Amino acid sequence: MSQAVQEVGVLPRVHYLNASYGWKTWLFTTDHKRIAWLYLAAITFFFFVGGAAATLMRLNLIEPQGSLIEPSTYNRMFTLHGLVMIFFFLAPSIPAVLGNFLIPLMIGAKDVAFPKLNLLSWYIFMAGGTVFLYSVIAGGGVDTGWTFYTPLSSTYANSNVMSAAMGVFISGFSSILTGLNFIVTIHTMRAPGLTWFRLPLFLWSMYATSIIFILAMPVIAITMVLLMLERFLHFGFFDPALGGDPILFQHLFWFFGHPEVYVLVLPAMGVISELIATFSRKRIFGYSFVAFSSVAIAALSFLVWGHHMFVSGESLYSGLVFSFFSFAVAIPSAIKVFNWTATLYKGSISFEAPMLYALGFIGLFTMGGLTGLFLATLAIDVHVHDTYFIVAHFHFIMVGGAVMGYLGGIHYWWPKMTGRMYSDRWARIAAVLVFVGFILTFGPQFILGYLGMPRRYAVYPPEFQTLNVLSSAGASILAVGYVIPLIYLIWSARYGPVVGPNPWGAKGLEWTTASPPPTENFEVTPVVTEEAYAFGTGTE
Amino acid sequence: MPLEPSSNFTQASSWANDWETLFYFEVGIFIFFSVLIFSLILYFAIKYRRRPGNEAAPPTKDHLPLEVTWTVVPAAICVVMFVWGASLFIRNGLPPAGATEIFVVGKQWMWKIQYPDGRRDINELHVPVGVPIKLTMASEDVIHDFAIPAFRIKKDVVPGHYTTLWFTATKTGTYHLYCDQYCGTSHSAMVGWVIVMEPAQYAQWLSGGGGGGGGGKSLAAAGADLYKQYACSTCHDTGRGPSFVGVYGSTVKLTSGQTVKADDAYIRESILNPSAKIVAGYTPIMPTFQGQLSEEQILQLTAHIKSLAKSDADGRKVAKP
Repeated sequence: MSQAVQEVGVLPRVHYLNASYGWKTWLFTTDHKRIAWLYLAAITFFFFVGGAAATLMRLNLIEPQGSLIEPSTYNRMFTLHGLVMIFFFLAPSIPAVLGNFLIPLMIGAKDVAFPKLNLLSWYIFMAGGTVFLYSVIAGGGVDTGWTFYTPLSSTYANSNVMSAAMGVFISGFSSILTGLNFIVTIHTMRAPGLTWFRLPLFLWSMYATSIIFILAMPVIAITMVLLMLERFLHFGFFDPALGGDPILFQHLFWFFGHPEVYVLVLPAMGVISELIATFSRKRIFGYSFVAFSSVAIAALSFLVWGHHMFVSGESLYSGLVFSFFSFAVAIPSAIKVFNWTATLYKGSISFEAPMLYALGFIGLFTMGGLTGLFLATLAIDVHVHDTYFIVAHFHFIMVGGAVMGYLGGIHYWWPKMTGRMYSDRWARIAAVLVFVGFILTFGPQFILGYLGMPRRYAVYPPEFQTLNVLSSAGASILAVGYVIPLIYLIWSARYGPVVGPNPWGAKGLEWTTASPPPTENFEVTPVVTEEAYAFGTGTE
Repeated sequence: MPLEPSSNFTQASSWANDWETLFYFEVGIFIFFSVLIFSLILYFAIKYRRRPGNEAAPPTKDHLPLEVTWTVVPAAICVVMFVWGASLFIRNGLPPAGATEIFVVGKQWMWKIQYPDGRRDINELHVPVGVPIKLTMASEDVIHDFAIPAFRIKKDVVPGHYTTLWFTATKTGTYHLYCDQYCGTSHSAMVGWVIVMEPAQYAQWLSGGGGGGGGGKSLAAAGADLYKQYACSTCHDTGRGPSFVGVYGSTVKLTSGQTVKADDAYIRESILNPSAKIVAGYTPIMPTFQGQLSEEQILQLTAHIKSLAKSDADGRKVAKP
């Protein structure tokens, strides 16, 4: 099919992985590539923690009366699942792993702008994660939902809200510092000739993501402080019995929360642009439209938070404004989808595993985005709000979009990170399993939501059982699809065939250096003389 | 009382039909664009797959007319959905005048329903078919959400606020009632039934036939008792505080120079946080009743004050003193 799995012999004699040995050289490293590995290890752990919680939930929902766990445990499981997946897996996934590894490589730099700050970010992340895990292991978990709605969280919940909120508070600073680092790096460290409009689209999306990080993360930090003050010292911010207003919390939370969901999917969009270009041997159609749509999404994402509150008693005028902007933010997403699809036209398309994830992403993201329009529509939201419809919708974006993008990216850059290739056959099997399992898990949930099944129910009326069993069956396929890559990727890091600097025949500076790259990334500072994705110009 | 839903999921309110029309329009949009994108991807993936003779692709050229097309067309469709959804939402925003008012109090983890004449329900809402019903809702503790899927409606029930929800049921039957806002341990047990009855049957049920929570005093009468019990009359009937006769629904002048409409929310606030809005000509001497009165008792007091605004036995409007 392609030169993909041709063994090219030997690894470079010295590279960033073998430049030094011992745990200290990892835990005190300032090499962005090693820090990426530190993040990769941490978030993989968190991914399977969150996945275990989801497994318990799906098992419990096989029976209407709950087959496995008490409602109080179920509530802790969906809270754990949401908090872990959003704050400790998805938010750092593409930015902190792939972004860290790739940004300097893609711009021809030696490292990020502030390497020590970069390491500090990881330690802050780990501190936040540890405090959070303490609330789960020592504190018996937290049962407020990942949204921490007051006054349930501040006054009524008797689970371990304080340490969970503290964990979220701490980990937010990791994202702020990472965002800061990336913005400065992209502004100041680009190689000669690498102008803004020659940047790979992955960098445009990382840039937009970083802006959201530094603007939205402080708001969740402040909100968590207010929550802790009210819970611990009874300051009256949110509980009406203390003179507060519970709706204020929702405004603060979603002012962070909606930009946050774009933090999760924008990086995946960047990955998809790279994959589509490489595996169809084409420059991304409408490059500047795709680039600017990332910035437009980042900007508009701050103007839509009120659509989470259409049924909270929000004023009619607020409802109208937020509905309008929620439709507006759909347009740049649509532009991306059309441009990716048009890129395939007259391409030379191959179907290695990363490309399967990319094509799957476009399909699932399209469906996730279109169902978002239902929720942006004031009248329609009145019925489907807080039902399984919304659960299905955001999983299409977060899993069908963000996780598929992350897996596609990991498979694509794995030979760059390790110098070795995994089994393409197994990788394709896993990609297909993930796609099929995903559709089967979350497709039925749209129907459940339309029929009125509320989210966050540990037990449910018996007429919903068939669709819930289908969903749980799908989840078991999805789980297999997630475990298989863990096995063959770890195997390949040691035993996979050595594939050389550019196994995919891709464009971009990261493919011009050795795999794995040397610690300083490039022997000599590269000079850029062409557009991004300059396929078909006779230079390959 | 064991109940079986006569119909799990149907269109049982006037709004449900309008809702379905718009929903299926959006389902149509969803199907059209999903099929379009999936087919294009499949077609291109097969037609332009890499094979001998297609190892290299021709360079890409940007195409402005295409970009404009796929910006403007989705934008236009979004405008249609926005306007349609918003106008439906606005049209159904306010209950019609004269809607029958029923009170809902949510607390962990039950729904308490109070009918104006004093009948009470737990986790069951009885309503007559074909009559507009307005629910005034309050929460004793955390945020709940009163959702009736067969009517395609829901609204959060927020502590510290009154929220309202209204509907006209169009089909008799028994329908699911859920709490849709996560409210703690037994959230998924905070469910019940909405029982839509023929008006004659409903009248009979209201007057005490057919089980349910016991009758007792009307809301206003219970409120009058509370009014005595909490010695409200010490001030409000002696001129130290403003009189309540004819107040409900009127416009009240405040010391700040502003005016406020004396509705349920204003009365509730004035009981719990009396110094927030002081009636012109009075001093802020009233103590707060925060923590002393439950949401139900506040509703009863409000009903009592409301009853003082109504015409007296001779049909004349009671004059303000």
